[in-house]
Amino acid sequence: MEKKIRVLVAKVGLDGHDRGAKVLARFLRDSGFEVIYTGLHRTPQEVAMAAVDEDVDVIGISLHSGAHLALVPKVIRYIREYGGNPDEMLILVGGVIPTDDIGELKKMGVDEVFIPGTPISQIVEFIKTELPKKRMKNES
Amino acid sequence: MTTIDEKRKEWEEKCLKPWLQKAGQREEKFETLSGIEVKTVYDPADIEHIDFIRDIAYPGEFPYTRGVYPNMYRGRFWTMRQFSGFGTAEDTNRRWKMLLEEGETGLSTAFDFPTLMGVDSDDPLADGEVGKVGVAIDTLKDFEILFDGIPLDQVSTSFTINPPAGIILAMYVAIAEKQGVPKEKIRGTIQNDMLKEFHAQNTLVLPPEPSIKIIVDIFEWGIENVPKFNLISISGYHIREAGSTAVQELAFTIADGMAYVEAAMERGIDVDRLAPQLSFFFNSHNDFFEEIAKFRAARRMWAKIMRDEYGAKNPRSWWLKFHTQTAGCSLTAQQPLNNVVRTTIQAMAAVLGGTQSLHTNSFDEAWALPSEEAVRVALRTQQIIAYESGIPNVVDPLAGSYYVEWLTDKMERLAWKYIEDIRKMGDGSMLRGVLRGIENGFFVREISDAAARYQREIEEGKRVVVGVNKFTIDEELKIPILKVDPEVQRRQIERLRKVKAERDNEAVREALEWLRSAAENNENVMFPIMEAVKSYATIGEIMGVLKDVYGTYKKPIII
Repeated sequence: MEKKIRVLVAKVGLDGHDRGAKVLARFLRDSGFEVIYTGLHRTPQEVAMAAVDEDVDVIGISLHSGAHLALVPKVIRYIREYGGNPDEMLILVGGVIPTDDIGELKKMGVDEVFIPGTPISQIVEFIKTELPKKRMKNES
Repeated sequence: MTTIDEKRKEWEEKCLKPWLQKAGQREEKFETLSGIEVKTVYDPADIEHIDFIRDIAYPGEFPYTRGVYPNMYRGRFWTMRQFSGFGTAEDTNRRWKMLLEEGETGLSTAFDFPTLMGVDSDDPLADGEVGKVGVAIDTLKDFEILFDGIPLDQVSTSFTINPPAGIILAMYVAIAEKQGVPKEKIRGTIQNDMLKEFHAQNTLVLPPEPSIKIIVDIFEWGIENVPKFNLISISGYHIREAGSTAVQELAFTIADGMAYVEAAMERGIDVDRLAPQLSFFFNSHNDFFEEIAKFRAARRMWAKIMRDEYGAKNPRSWWLKFHTQTAGCSLTAQQPLNNVVRTTIQAMAAVLGGTQSLHTNSFDEAWALPSEEAVRVALRTQQIIAYESGIPNVVDPLAGSYYVEWLTDKMERLAWKYIEDIRKMGDGSMLRGVLRGIENGFFVREISDAAARYQREIEEGKRVVVGVNKFTIDEELKIPILKVDPEVQRRQIERLRKVKAERDNEAVREALEWLRSAAENNENVMFPIMEAVKSYATIGEIMGVLKDVYGTYKKPIII
């Protein structure tokens, strides 16, 4: 049997808006992914630790607090520090993210940013097509 | 003579049926956003069981279905109150003054997450969050700047904050004193609704039981000290934003309201003294008639509950007064100008539903905090409804609509069903029932299930979201987006250090010790909080003492 894609759905920072994260977690599970949800109010260290411990293929970070430019790069940095390789994972961000910041986040190593209203089917599709591509790129 | 029943049957057979065979209809069945199935058309038979005098009556009269005031907006428009705040106290003070100049009639404060969670701007947990989604407040010093040039005897201010609600109320009172305004005269609202935080919004610090204890402390203190202030805003808004249906929003909000009244009565507070200082807060979503019905049902339910269940004697205690915000969760990042239209429909529903104050969302809020232009259009939306539409000139104009009355009644029945279930969970007590529902995950699960159902309908295309799953375009975002100055955090921490260096640290220590002993000995914590605030203790220091005494709360993970 083919190994299921493992996804960590994470809330980082102080905001409590977890509707999107939880709905996403449910839908990814229903779409055949293995899903771990961190729960609320996690620090970047906690999220990075979970990503490494759980050996996930994809990490989806949800933020509505405007703190994405401060917190997301920290998560990526700690993943490396804890012995994980962020280049082998798909790193996705979702939530209220201004357009200008989307480019910034991508420069920091985020693969894609999903804004409010994005159909989850689009996220599922993205993971399925982009994960193998990113892995291939990393191996070559 | 032909009866309505006979006429309807004849219409169905001879008129509707042949038409359907020929022309068909868009869907097999039609439902409201809450999933209530609606018929093709409604007629007097649908509201036969509704008695005009008993269930609808006149505005300003029990059961207040049509509004709490006899002439509603013919006397005065609702308060136009835009939820607003970002960056430092200076930034927010400027935005407030702009809004007041543009014709806003009340203030509403958005705090950043560190403030909402009761941590100071220099706490490691606050890193990256200071001033981002609201104004950063650490000490009374920030409040002095925030309200600089704003006369507290002339405006009313709403504070959307929960675990540190008592601290913020104390700060407002302290500012009033500095301005020479007697605290008996200040008007406004603190949200102070922890129950909905456990169900939905998740600004969680202390466990449920001590949270309720402190809320009742605020009631007790507030009745004596700030008689014109709403001491709580019992909020369905966030329950709805988390994905609930309108029926759940209605039911859980009323249930929470009952829990607070019971908690206050257990303390020995006279229900008639508390009731006039209770207020509510609802969401207004896209299903126009369902929202109007929800507001009308809420008023009728609360009047019955206060009079018949809790024995309130003063008619003023039977009023459900509420603030409304249009549905943030309905806004799309795609084609953001479409949000102006959504917000207009939702705002009209709020006005037709008889709201006391209204926040209209700005069209850019799926991207960031509102820019000046976006918030201006949002405020203008209210002003156009108020001054141009003619809607406010007749009270409750939809009363007697077969559909609206049927739907009001239906919403009420469905909400009662939930309330009875919750009461059963608490063996007859709403307070215990709600606490039990928090403990066993009842509320969170109900809301999550509804959110998933809603999303599934969008994914499957059963529910159309214009610009998202239908009528989409390739677009480049052209609207300007507000940027919060990244220097805010540094400046705020600097100010905090300066205050700490200049204040009387002995006075702070004494006030915090008093607070600790009050909390440990089950005394009212508002007196020492007032003292601590005046001595420039920080929010983090004050909440720190409460966390020490009561412990903190970690929410169980339920997807």
